[in-house]
Amino acid sequence: MTDIQQRGYAHPDVLVSTEWVAQHLKDPNVRIIESNEDPLLYPSGHIPGAVEVDWTTDLNDQVVRDYLGREGFEALASRIGITRDTTVVFYGDKSNWWATYAFWVFQLFGHTNAKILDGGRKKWVDEGRELVREVPYYPATHYQAPERDDHTLRAFRDEVLEHIKRDGQLVDVRSPMEYTGEKLHMEGYPQEGALRGGHIPGAQSIPWSRAVKEDGTFKTADELRAIYLQEKGLDPQQETIAYCRIGERSSHTWFVLTYLLGFAKVRNYDGSWTEWGNSVGVPIVKGDKPK
Amino acid sequence: MSSYPEKLAQVLEDFSLITTRAERQAYLIELADQFSRVKVAPAVAQPPYDEAHRVPACESDAYVWAQENPDGTLTYAFDVLNPQGLSAMAVAVVLADSVNGAPLEQVASIPSDIVFDLFGKDISMGKGQGLMGIVNMVVYEAKKRLKQA
Repeated sequence: MTDIQQRGYAHPDVLVSTEWVAQHLKDPNVRIIESNEDPLLYPSGHIPGAVEVDWTTDLNDQVVRDYLGREGFEALASRIGITRDTTVVFYGDKSNWWATYAFWVFQLFGHTNAKILDGGRKKWVDEGRELVREVPYYPATHYQAPERDDHTLRAFRDEVLEHIKRDGQLVDVRSPMEYTGEKLHMEGYPQEGALRGGHIPGAQSIPWSRAVKEDGTFKTADELRAIYLQEKGLDPQQETIAYCRIGERSSHTWFVLTYLLGFAKVRNYDGSWTEWGNSVGVPIVKGDKPK
Repeated sequence: MSSYPEKLAQVLEDFSLITTRAERQAYLIELADQFSRVKVAPAVAQPPYDEAHRVPACESDAYVWAQENPDGTLTYAFDVLNPQGLSAMAVAVVLADSVNGAPLEQVASIPSDIVFDLFGKDISMGKGQGLMGIVNMVVYEAKKRLKQA
């Protein structure tokens, strides 16, 4: 039994270790995908054979605030040389913020054969494992994707409004000061893109980073349950919506709740605070209490 | 652009000629690789650094120091504690190479959005803010000296 399997996760198979990746670098059925916030990291050195999926240029529509559509996803999948049977393994910077974000977008298109490298880029680098600058080439594939499913894993503003009317579970994964509304932006520094500060009524404040350890790997299921269930009182059987500023940090928490703790139904509100904090007439709570 | 420090104007001109993302990234990585040149000397500061020098909003843990030259201009030094903070390192190298010794009035008027001239528009809000924070810190030091003068 591996270390990951011993941590008590609901779906341990969705996480792989650096050693597992090292053993599958030449596996034709596995594609390693790096997704970062810092655009210089992948070209400066990446896991041998890894391709890059960039959150701005690859995953987002370039005009509308939305994700790529079916045809765009098929083109992306073809470019990185995967089929629907390929196991895709995401990793990246920021303890896998963007890796889980890319993972989440892949789930919108039903590519369930997907995993996250536990500890992300940092752990691979810290272990002194090989990085290369050579960009690999894979023959293009013919990938047929279903239409994007926006209902199961994604929440929109009006659905969040309905959710709070029903007293539904919400998790705000931003920093405590963003949650309280104390700071919209650093003094003397640019706006963070929202006119109002605070949080969505009823949201529990659980910064995303509480789910990971110093080395970037995920905490054990018991440690996570102590935070999300015992401390914050979340019910795994209740529908849950996570949000942050633009949906990237909350995709990390979506991953934790869904796969590591086995919550029944979790959706990511990717409009997040940049939409809610700018919307006219939506309710907002300031301070450190959920309501 | 004419009010920018001369060397900075030249750097921005160079970046404006870049046409592809890959070329931009390669150039920025080349700059980041030179970071040791602009890293703060142990005689000026050693870790753990004074928080007053920390760049707000920069998640790569960037720090900025400004030392006065005999002619009243400033020489900047930097550190970036996150070894993966390549973008922050690249910005530090650009700034050190282009504003050290420049007239304070010019440094004080550098807009933080030169970051987008360097990186293009497709960087995240968080990353952009952190990098703009480095520029703002440099600008702030120049403004502070101008006020004191």
